[in-house]
Amino acid sequence: MEVRTFPETSLQTTGQRAAPVLITPPRGWLDLNLRELWEYRELLYFFVWRDIKVRYKQTIIGAGWAIIQPFFTMVVFSLFFGLLAKIPSEGLPYPIFYYSALLPWMYFANALNGATNTMIEHQRVITKVYFPRLILPLAAVLAGLVDFGIAFVILIGMMLFYGVVPTGAVLLLPFFLLLAVATALGAGLWLSALNAIYRDVRYAAPFFVQFWMFASPVAYPSSLIPERWRWLYGLNPMAGVIEGFRWALTGQGSPPNVLLLVSVAAVLVVLLGGIVYFRRMESTIADVV
Amino acid sequence: MGDLAIRVENLSKRYRIGQRERYLALRDVLARAISAPFRVFSSNSKPDGRNPRSDYIWALKDVSFEVKQGEIVGIIGRNGAGKTTLLKILARITRPTSGYAEVRGRVGSLLEVGTGFHPELTGRENIYLSGAVLGMTKREIDRKFDEIVDFAGVAEFIDTPLKYYSAGMQMRLAFAVAAHLEPEILLVDEVLAVGDLEFQKKCLGKMEDVSRGGRTVLFVSHQMNQIRRLCERVIWLDAGQIVREGPTHEVVSAYEAAMTSGEWLRRERPDTPRVKARFLRWEIVEPRNDQPNVLTELGPVTIRFFVQVYEPIRLGHHGIALFSSEGQMMWGTATNDLNVTEGLHEFTYKLTTLPLRPGAYFWRVSLYDEQGLVDVWDCVPELIVATQPMGHPRDEWAGLLNIPYRFTVNGVRSRV
Repeated sequence: MEVRTFPETSLQTTGQRAAPVLITPPRGWLDLNLRELWEYRELLYFFVWRDIKVRYKQTIIGAGWAIIQPFFTMVVFSLFFGLLAKIPSEGLPYPIFYYSALLPWMYFANALNGATNTMIEHQRVITKVYFPRLILPLAAVLAGLVDFGIAFVILIGMMLFYGVVPTGAVLLLPFFLLLAVATALGAGLWLSALNAIYRDVRYAAPFFVQFWMFASPVAYPSSLIPERWRWLYGLNPMAGVIEGFRWALTGQGSPPNVLLLVSVAAVLVVLLGGIVYFRRMESTIADVV
Repeated sequence: MGDLAIRVENLSKRYRIGQRERYLALRDVLARAISAPFRVFSSNSKPDGRNPRSDYIWALKDVSFEVKQGEIVGIIGRNGAGKTTLLKILARITRPTSGYAEVRGRVGSLLEVGTGFHPELTGRENIYLSGAVLGMTKREIDRKFDEIVDFAGVAEFIDTPLKYYSAGMQMRLAFAVAAHLEPEILLVDEVLAVGDLEFQKKCLGKMEDVSRGGRTVLFVSHQMNQIRRLCERVIWLDAGQIVREGPTHEVVSAYEAAMTSGEWLRRERPDTPRVKARFLRWEIVEPRNDQPNVLTELGPVTIRFFVQVYEPIRLGHHGIALFSSEGQMMWGTATNDLNVTEGLHEFTYKLTTLPLRPGAYFWRVSLYDEQGLVDVWDCVPELIVATQPMGHPRDEWAGLLNIPYRFTVNGVRSRV
């Protein structure tokens, strides 16, 4: 959508009335119009609020699901990857090692999945009312943080139980979380826009996420990757996020320097590309969704 | 020159044919599913690789007009004339292919009732959600909340999840939210065609208030009585172009005359894909009276639809449905395996009786062939039922039907 203020127009301004909005054919690549997004922040809030409200309606254990998923996955991973396969855990108890990785990973996987389906799930609203469509994947990604918060409480309990004391690095945790949000949003923007046109994405996305997990240091430490390939591994932004999480929480291992730098760069590319692509698609989404 | 609210210059919108079919409103899809349940699963519904008419269609072509601030303008025309596309462009839901529109003021669009509603949320939560989606700020909703609840008449259920509401209650709540929208420019598409008559009147009243408040309204409807009541000026669209524009009574009369006479056809355009067949007009054959759309007797009724067939229809499917002005389907039926040759045809229905309560109704007729939809028409003019009401003299609107009856009281001697 292009919204342009017109210095001169046939429309008479009466002073307090808003400037006219010009509706034209789509053109231009770099018309991000982030200010408009800001103007619709209240709607974003309402969408996030709705997603949270609706998520566990009519379930028996409700928000308990936010804990059950990562917790039992952690149990299974500790058992098979840890106790049986004896994958190195950088000196951490297996439950801590896995849970601290599953936490950001599950947030990411759920947020990405939610964002991917937004255009289809909100098809009716999209074809009936205008608002910056970018709000929808953004709301899906933000709403996922509530589950993350709930599951995080369990982590604190586990750390107390195992006597793992965080170092000063824990202050960097919000940064890694932000990186996870940005990664989920970046990938989510691409996938949701593509999903609107090609429904195949809907079926491909779960696969994609599964492969992505094995390309991330969830079930193993990134130290298994040879040093000289580490930077390449960092191209997967979740590698930086997960290693960063473990390091910030437990102080174990070394800060993921090179890996993290590459990851941040990769996130920026994916996110900016996603915004541009999504904004470009936005104008025609109502015609194809 | 008065203050302009909307200026549209050479606005055009092109769709791929396949794209456009998916663009149909949900109600069209539903109507299609109802009237042609088996066709939905056949070639037309799913992209199966071979699209016989992968062509472009201009939903709007070089449309220009202006709307002054505070005007209520009606937009009329057959299905597929481009009315909804026009509203969607002005609402910024979709973008034009060429041309432009200038819109001054906050735009609210009401293209559907209950936009943004979520069944799991309570009435209260849905008021906030739908209000926000339609463009209200939280503060505005806070301020109007009680008024909305009151208007909808759902106060006792306000904290009940919406899914437990009856369809009528959901509709009323949705309307109440929409009716309290206070944009400077309001775009309304057909939504007043639903809801019960009483509530519909309330909404029309509210809309009149809105316009008196200096707001600009663009109003799409198939119901000429609503158009006459609300609009000062009317734009008649057909095949994406303006046929006529002017004072309501002039344009509506011309439109109805054109529809009734059948002499008028959609002008063929070189870039319009060839239409295989088209409904031209309809009339009541029996009982005869001077207005061929007014039914005055309760006896047998014969109704006739004229169809111009340009390409033979093989194994076609024809559906007919009668809707009340509230949009409730009163009756419908369908015929399969219909073969029609080229030329002008009449589809005739002989009904033993049409015992409907007096009021305005409309027919929807459709024709499909093996490839899918050929034509669907919400018939103009409306069917006006003006039979003698049989009900209680002071309560002629009780019920939907107007059934001829006799009532007797007899004493019975033996025990039954």
